[in-house]
Amino acid sequence: MISLNIAMSDNVLLKVENLDVKFDSDEVIKNLNFSVKQGDVLAIVGPNGAGKSVLFRALLDLIPYTGKVEWAKELKISYVPQKFAIDRELPLSVEEFLKFKKKGLDEIIRVLKSVGIGAEHKNDSDHYMRHVKQHVLNQRLGWLSGGQLQRVLIAWALLDDPDVLLFDEPTSGIDVGGEETIYSMLKKLHSERKLTMLLISHDLNIVYKYANNVLCLNKELICYGSPATALDSSALIKLYGDEAGFYKHENHHH
Amino acid sequence: MDNSLLLQLITGSIIGLGAGYVGSFMVLRRMSLVGDALSHVALPGIAIALLFNFNPFFGAFATLLIAIFGIWLVEKKTELPSETLVGIFFTLSLAIGLLLTPEPELLEALFGDITQITKLDLVIVLVAVTTIFLVMRKISDNLMLGIISKELAQALKIPINKINFIFLFLVAVVVALGLKIAGTLLMGSLVIIPAAAAKNASVNLSQYTRLAVLFGAMSATAGLLLAHYLDITPGPTVVLTAGVFLGTLIFKK
Repeated sequence: MISLNIAMSDNVLLKVENLDVKFDSDEVIKNLNFSVKQGDVLAIVGPNGAGKSVLFRALLDLIPYTGKVEWAKELKISYVPQKFAIDRELPLSVEEFLKFKKKGLDEIIRVLKSVGIGAEHKNDSDHYMRHVKQHVLNQRLGWLSGGQLQRVLIAWALLDDPDVLLFDEPTSGIDVGGEETIYSMLKKLHSERKLTMLLISHDLNIVYKYANNVLCLNKELICYGSPATALDSSALIKLYGDEAGFYKHENHHH
Repeated sequence: MDNSLLLQLITGSIIGLGAGYVGSFMVLRRMSLVGDALSHVALPGIAIALLFNFNPFFGAFATLLIAIFGIWLVEKKTELPSETLVGIFFTLSLAIGLLLTPEPELLEALFGDITQITKLDLVIVLVAVTTIFLVMRKISDNLMLGIISKELAQALKIPINKINFIFLFLVAVVVALGLKIAGTLLMGSLVIIPAAAAKNASVNLSQYTRLAVLFGAMSATAGLLLAHYLDITPGPTVVLTAGVFLGTLIFKK
């Protein structure tokens, strides 16, 4: 068991103490302790069924839990959920979806630009407007590709001008290249907006590259700290079993 | 055109507007089957109203309320669609209704009879449908969010259960109103068909709801006119007219 000594100082945005989540008698998260500071990019890793998405839901107060989840006061938190299958037949345009947030078109265009939608046209603003209207805003939400939908969801989250973004990475539906660009886009948002981020990731390479802190979860806390030190071989074996060495090895190539 | 026909057409088309609007969200919530069978529940209510001599609308509305409360509970407690509940409970209540309804009124209860409509009915319909439009406008964004992703809606602290209940309440209202036109067996289809037809032809939500509302009103008007001039039963005629709009399938996006 790793013990952490957390003091709620000025720049701590989130403090989690002795968090337990149970579904019936099934313990999904056991005695979890960690904290997030302003400007942190915390990656949460772990195998399937480790409780990562459940952790997000507990942090957002969407499910019952015991223990303490303490957010700093007056914090705007946005959430991009993982499970998000949109029916192709659903008659809802991207513009209508984004307008649920009661923001004007200018604001919507601004966030779409910042998540890299229509990036190839962004220097000519008239052209950009026409392009985005035709190819994104007036399309059905269900017609977007996996990667585009992901960006629109992030744009949706950014419309609230959040201080913290919780991003639950989809396990499938986005090609490898697309995933990489989404993370470099998030990284840019992080530095431009001073956005604190909690990312659930399935790809350890992403974690090494983009996160300054990592939390390994397998129902309980396995490791916590900077990726280079926390993700040692014993932590990786506890998380993924013997194949884990492979991930660490691959990282050395970068 | 005589006054009675004019009254039928006005009342019928207003009900069609309401049915189209509410129906558009029923289809999105995958409640087509529920909508279709829900109207059966009205029959025992009508029967009781006839036996105790009060307005069948209120009898029907009372039993529909019980049914939507049941649907609401099932939806809240489980992720399962309310299919089984519909399959068992709704057909059972149809059976009970068939036994309870006095023979002379049975045909009217089953297939509706808008020729018997009064000015008071028009007033009830007008007030109810106006309320439906006002409430739907207020809840439709949140209702849609709940349809897209329950998690997303919850994260925004949208009271999903409350919104769902309000919506199902409107479903009960519109089905009860439509019993005069289409009867307990067919009213469900008047709610579902215009919306299903509109869905084929629209890309976005406002287009979709507008078309559903339009198709609803047009089915009612055209169906009632046809029934009047061909001297056939209005209920099935209205539903069949609505079916014509499924021709939008060729414009499927």
